[in-house]
Amino acid sequence: MDIIFGNAVDWLFQPITAAYALAAIGIALHFGFTGLLNFGQAVFMAVGAYGFSISVKVLHFGFWPSVLVALIASVIMAFILGIPTLRLRSDYLAIVTIAAAEVFRFIVSTTSAQPITGGPQGLNEYSNEFWAMNPIPAGHYKFWVWDYTQDDIFARAVSWGLVIGFAILLAILVRSPWGRVIKGIREDEDAVRSLGKNVYSYKMQSLVVGGLMGTVAGIIFVLPTSVQPGNYGTTLTFFIWTILLLGGASTVLGSIVGAMIFWSLLSLTSDLLSAGVDNGVITFISQNQIGDIRFMLVGIGLMLLVIFRPQGIFGNKKELYFNA
Amino acid sequence: MPNDIAKGPATPGCEKVDPILVANNVRRQFGGNVAVDVEHVEIPRGKITALIGPNGAGKTTFFNLLTGFDQPNSGEWSFDGKNLAGVAAYKVSRMGMVRTFQLTKSLNMLTVMENMRLGAQKQPGESLLRALFKPLWRKNEDTITITASELLSRFKLDAKADDFAASLSGGQRKLLEMARALMTKPKLVMLDEPMAGVNPALTQSLLEHIKGLKAEGMTVLFVEHDMHMVRNISDWVIVMAEGKIVAEGPPNEVMKNPAVIDAYLGAHHDSDLGADKIAKGN
Repeated sequence: MDIIFGNAVDWLFQPITAAYALAAIGIALHFGFTGLLNFGQAVFMAVGAYGFSISVKVLHFGFWPSVLVALIASVIMAFILGIPTLRLRSDYLAIVTIAAAEVFRFIVSTTSAQPITGGPQGLNEYSNEFWAMNPIPAGHYKFWVWDYTQDDIFARAVSWGLVIGFAILLAILVRSPWGRVIKGIREDEDAVRSLGKNVYSYKMQSLVVGGLMGTVAGIIFVLPTSVQPGNYGTTLTFFIWTILLLGGASTVLGSIVGAMIFWSLLSLTSDLLSAGVDNGVITFISQNQIGDIRFMLVGIGLMLLVIFRPQGIFGNKKELYFNA
Repeated sequence: MPNDIAKGPATPGCEKVDPILVANNVRRQFGGNVAVDVEHVEIPRGKITALIGPNGAGKTTFFNLLTGFDQPNSGEWSFDGKNLAGVAAYKVSRMGMVRTFQLTKSLNMLTVMENMRLGAQKQPGESLLRALFKPLWRKNEDTITITASELLSRFKLDAKADDFAASLSGGQRKLLEMARALMTKPKLVMLDEPMAGVNPALTQSLLEHIKGLKAEGMTVLFVEHDMHMVRNISDWVIVMAEGKIVAEGPPNEVMKNPAVIDAYLGAHHDSDLGADKIAKGN
């Protein structure tokens, strides 16, 4: 039992959880504060993952130049998505982003791109320089049921440090006059235009900044593991949206807590089911069905949440009264 | 009645002594339907001008064209001597020509005060990089807040400053939209049906506010169906029908003009019409 809960608690602080939280902070800026429907956060994460890993593996750049390449690629991607769509209604951005994410995934996973992107196998072993920066002495660090290596701790510290940093950045931005303009755009962009604000430029800025958050999330996501093209499907984007809505779209903390709850619930349901099947308590499903069943359970949980607390955990209930 | 507004007789498209806005051959077609086809019109500076006309006359479309919210098929117009054709809506507003909307656009999930602050110009904190450093914009924010508070108390919205704009009544939202437009410190205020949906108790104060704008030296151009209001506060009336300017003149003269009565009631209506009847007939 300790291990089951230990796992669930461990998932609260996994680098993957941090990556999802940061990507969700990006769409909190897009959707929650600017009203941009970005259904392609996966593409910004993929740009981060591939931009970084290709720079290291193929171009033999160092760690920092590779990060820079990924960030520049992210800005370019935001312009590609934004220039044709941001003058149109928000639905068009949704269509273009979801399509772009899929196009990107298919391009990087083709076998003819194998020398660069690794094709369907993806890329790995690009993090040596990152691990070399680890100041923590080598060894095993044990608390309760956990056993971490120095690298585990380093990866967690760096990713959560970035999440906190970006959360603070977002909090400062949305409380500034800049944030007021983008919130105004969310409510009614023509009204904001009539007050002398260049709405198109603000939407682009928001798209770029939120996209950069997605890109950094993409780098965090792959640093401790490997780049797998299959990870960047629409599921990734929708998990991030789930996290965002779970925590509350127009909040800063919501994305972080949403990601923690999401991953730790997934871990908990799967471990509990698994233990139930092993002990013969649950007889109607088999061990290899658990992976799917847990998503069903999480799905039901999320439906309940949306029905009974539609504003998300941190959302302001008042906002819903007025929208209804 | 003599007037100091037009140079010559008050004919459609007549020249003004001191125009702030001049439009030439502005034409907007939606497919085969010509919504606006204005040959020439001048809006007098420092006066209150009403733009009236039956539904579908093209008044709001003309507003949209002048303010850059829609692009005409042809035509040019200038504001304060500066050419405006093809200029983006936000730049038009920055030049001092600000508008409100027929369907009120209050920013619901922002507080009344934030709505007001959004109207302010030249807040350095609205730039992405400077937004990160509060000392760079805090002082401007304080000044803006003072101006906004003054305007809010003038419009009797000060008690609502910290409420969401969504919690205001329809009439209060109209007031808020007008007050917010004034935050931009405009030279020309264009109000699209400021009275629509406003209860009679608020009407009087709205009228006073509009007169107040003129007293402060602003020019007002408004679209309205309420003839009582038109007669009451406007110095000049421009009548549109089927996209064209059909009559112009001081309110009392325009109301007697057969072209206006035709436009509102059809060419064969020959009974004597008081302004109130025109309002009902509309």
